[in-house]
Amino acid sequence: MTEKRVRPGHIASLCLAALAGALITSFAPAVQSKDEKTDVDIEGKVAHVLSRLTFGAKPGQIEEVEEEGLENYLTRQLHPEKITLSEEIEKLGKVEARAKDPVYLFLNYGRPALMALAKGNQNGSPKEDEAVKKVIGEYQRKLYEESALTRIKRATESPQELKEVMTDFWFNHFNISQEKGLDHVWIGSYEERAIRPFVLSKFRDMLGATAHHSGMLFYLDNWQNTKDPGSSAPANELEGKKRGRFSGINENYARELMELHTLGVDGGYTQKDVQELARVLTGLGLPPGAGGGGNLKNSADITAMGMAGQAMLSKTGRDRLAEIGGAAQPERTRRRLVREYGPPPQIKGNRELGYYFDKNRHDFGDKVLLGQVIKGEGEAEIEKVLDLLARHPATARHISYKLAQYFVADSPPKSLVEKMSKRFLDSDGDIAATLDTLFHSSEFYEKKYRGAKFKSPYRYLLSSLRATNSKVEDPKLILGFLKQTGMPLYQCLTPDGYKNTKEAWLNPDNLLNRLNYATALGTGRCPGVKIGHTDPAMIADACTQDLSSRTIQAVKEAPQNLKAPLVLGSPEFMVY
Amino acid sequence: MLNSGILDLPFSSSISAFALDRSRSTQSANKLVVVFLRGALDGLSAVVPYSDPQYYSLRPKIAIPKPGQEGGVLKLDGDFGLHPNLAPLLSFWQNKNLAFVANSGSPDPTRSHFDAQDYMESGLPGVKAGSTGWLNRLLKELPDNGSPVRALNVGTTTPRILQGPIACATYAPSNRKKVSAIESPYIARAFEKMYEDRKDDLGQAFREGMEARATINEKLSDTMTAADQGAVQANKFSGFGKQVGKLIREEPKIQVAFVDLGGFDTHVNQGAAQGPLANNLNVVGRGLAELANSLGSSFERTLIVVMSEFGRTVKENGNGGTDHGHGNFIWLLGGPVEGGKIFGKWNGIAQKNLYEGRDLPVYSDFRGVLKTTVAEHMGLSQKQAETIFPGFKAQENLRLLKG
Repeated sequence: MTEKRVRPGHIASLCLAALAGALITSFAPAVQSKDEKTDVDIEGKVAHVLSRLTFGAKPGQIEEVEEEGLENYLTRQLHPEKITLSEEIEKLGKVEARAKDPVYLFLNYGRPALMALAKGNQNGSPKEDEAVKKVIGEYQRKLYEESALTRIKRATESPQELKEVMTDFWFNHFNISQEKGLDHVWIGSYEERAIRPFVLSKFRDMLGATAHHSGMLFYLDNWQNTKDPGSSAPANELEGKKRGRFSGINENYARELMELHTLGVDGGYTQKDVQELARVLTGLGLPPGAGGGGNLKNSADITAMGMAGQAMLSKTGRDRLAEIGGAAQPERTRRRLVREYGPPPQIKGNRELGYYFDKNRHDFGDKVLLGQVIKGEGEAEIEKVLDLLARHPATARHISYKLAQYFVADSPPKSLVEKMSKRFLDSDGDIAATLDTLFHSSEFYEKKYRGAKFKSPYRYLLSSLRATNSKVEDPKLILGFLKQTGMPLYQCLTPDGYKNTKEAWLNPDNLLNRLNYATALGTGRCPGVKIGHTDPAMIADACTQDLSSRTIQAVKEAPQNLKAPLVLGSPEFMVY
Repeated sequence: MLNSGILDLPFSSSISAFALDRSRSTQSANKLVVVFLRGALDGLSAVVPYSDPQYYSLRPKIAIPKPGQEGGVLKLDGDFGLHPNLAPLLSFWQNKNLAFVANSGSPDPTRSHFDAQDYMESGLPGVKAGSTGWLNRLLKELPDNGSPVRALNVGTTTPRILQGPIACATYAPSNRKKVSAIESPYIARAFEKMYEDRKDDLGQAFREGMEARATINEKLSDTMTAADQGAVQANKFSGFGKQVGKLIREEPKIQVAFVDLGGFDTHVNQGAAQGPLANNLNVVGRGLAELANSLGSSFERTLIVVMSEFGRTVKENGNGGTDHGHGNFIWLLGGPVEGGKIFGKWNGIAQKNLYEGRDLPVYSDFRGVLKTTVAEHMGLSQKQAETIFPGFKAQENLRLLKG
């Protein structure tokens, strides 16, 4: 053991002798750990693995994993089904925003419900207006806060640590934004149904699920993508109007599908390929009456919801609101509406992911994509092109590069990207297999890459919560932090998602924002967060980088109440 | 590396005043503000070729009516008019401080937002490999005045265009004075022990952040108080244009500022004289006018460039919007601008004159628009200009500046 972490040294220098003693004891077996045959640097290796496979180690976790054995830990994390979740964690996937299907979410939280409430109050008093605004506000915030809280709780508390890290990675890869219109009702469902089931399994499955989920169909406009009427313009003006939003090609999703989701921008496709792919995707849209426009007004369900809202608000106004819970209890209000006016009617299309393939809007001509002829045959074309894209060598390279950049270094070693691409192709896009190659590569463990990544604001936030064994109960404050540091959760506007490099996140203002937050958390003043402890020695123990002598000195000299903030805000805590 | 930084601080205001007097006549005191409209602004809705009948036939739903009609364009000349929501800019045109370069943009054919933005910000179209941003390279050539607010980034994260060795001060527009934990001396002292002497990028970020915050807080203290009465709308350019202008006016060490505005990707129902795009143009028009007005006398030394990654299709799409196109207009505003003119080559919008039969062509490479203009304005030599847009040979000098 020529070089090892000076963990016990940290603790001693932070003058917490008793705890230091305990940790030195637990440190002892690690020296004799036998699961690593050749490597002399096992402790550093475990800390490095934890820094990358989790959102930051928890106090004592490095020692635990040394005991368990690195290989066992890696295997469990790559196959999260081997890790049993507590009921408390399981429950997080069952909140309404995540568990319900896109059609349900649209009907109950989308435009129909909101407009009904607003319209119902046309003759209301200013006071009633306020009450209605409040109800609508609550309605809109509920799903976002529910999705955000459960995302953060899982990332902080779930033992399936790599799965949570990969959820962040893949959501970002297939980004949609809560800020784009209707997507605010679908964020949680999108993550739960199109991303999470696949984050460590087959890339092709995730590609298919994202392509079909309402969230993506809406975000990149494919729901409107319709065969080009070409020269055969509508026979009369009326017909033109009827076609409305579905009157032509929209190539937005087709382009990003190749540029961002699969081949990558240097993947060798042309503008012509974008146009051809857009043609293939024509007709893949939202269910009519559930976001898909068209029949929206004719849906009995919408009418029922509208009538419910109007009846509720105009009939008896504020008293009625108060009676059924009103602004204070939007959830109860909503259930009451459904009870009084009946359940939603049948909606065409796929309810699981919220899509509808409209043959009448599909271009049945043959297409040529990346040199391959795609016979015009309808919905099956979409599966064919997704196969083609998912199995393309350029996709393997693009995904491998992004994973290597995320897990290893901002400029990842080419040799590693090549190994991973090969594994990706050989395993038919198996993500766990590709990561297995990464986690067993010599490049991953190279000294120069340890601590070489700068935490994004999201990772910084989570690592601080984990290091203090904190549990988030109300996400408002930490969501505010993410917004302030330029990384608001589920609100990245552009489909390329947030960057994952130091260049993107290290700037003076961003650093100061972190120090402000570290001060709040470390002094125990973080409303909505149940802080486990603010013991500087335990935080130092969870920090996967060795604290420098300068940091130790500064912590020693600081007043007692600032010791924890200093460790949380130390340069070593900013990197991983 | 910055070393004089912290020592300046107690004297910053008096030093500033001195610097202001002394530098009024030198070119190095000139300023450049770049406003980036992300998402690809539909240039043909901002600077409207109203005299061309094809404009109206190709855009039945979204064309802006002719001058004099309801919601009609504001006449710039016999061919072009401004979108009515850009009315706050009309007087700048009339006073010859506003100009446009037609059919300008990046020569790279990409229609991807991300690539096109990347190329326009790196100043290296077609080059994907990571490089610095051209504004950062410009800063490197400008005299180092030792201030951490040499480059002001209005936003929350450092954009590509400012990435590089010269740090920028990031200023997130706000309507209230922030007294954060780190600004309390008790807490600041504790963190300083960890960060202040570090020679790495973290140490530098810390020092510059502390210094920049002090400077910005000082300069904006009165607008932030006033904002309690709703004077400044946070996150709205129409509000913070005023703050940025004031900062530039009062902090002479600011050499370059960058403002990011999003929301221009109008694929669907973009509207005409009214609608989503019109609302955004309203923000841009008011914001630019307020920025320009609050610059005060600094307006005479400030060049404001407004650009977007590419233009949009000339023909409206089936959804009452426009798709990703190619050429666009670059806007130039400020005292030094040879205003009241539309520069660049204009061939109309007949299909045969369009790029790939659908988009405005790029006759003026954005580097050509900027290289000579910025070099001249900021007092750089030919050789220095070369490092900002390496490998680019300007075909023409459009003479966009006065004199």
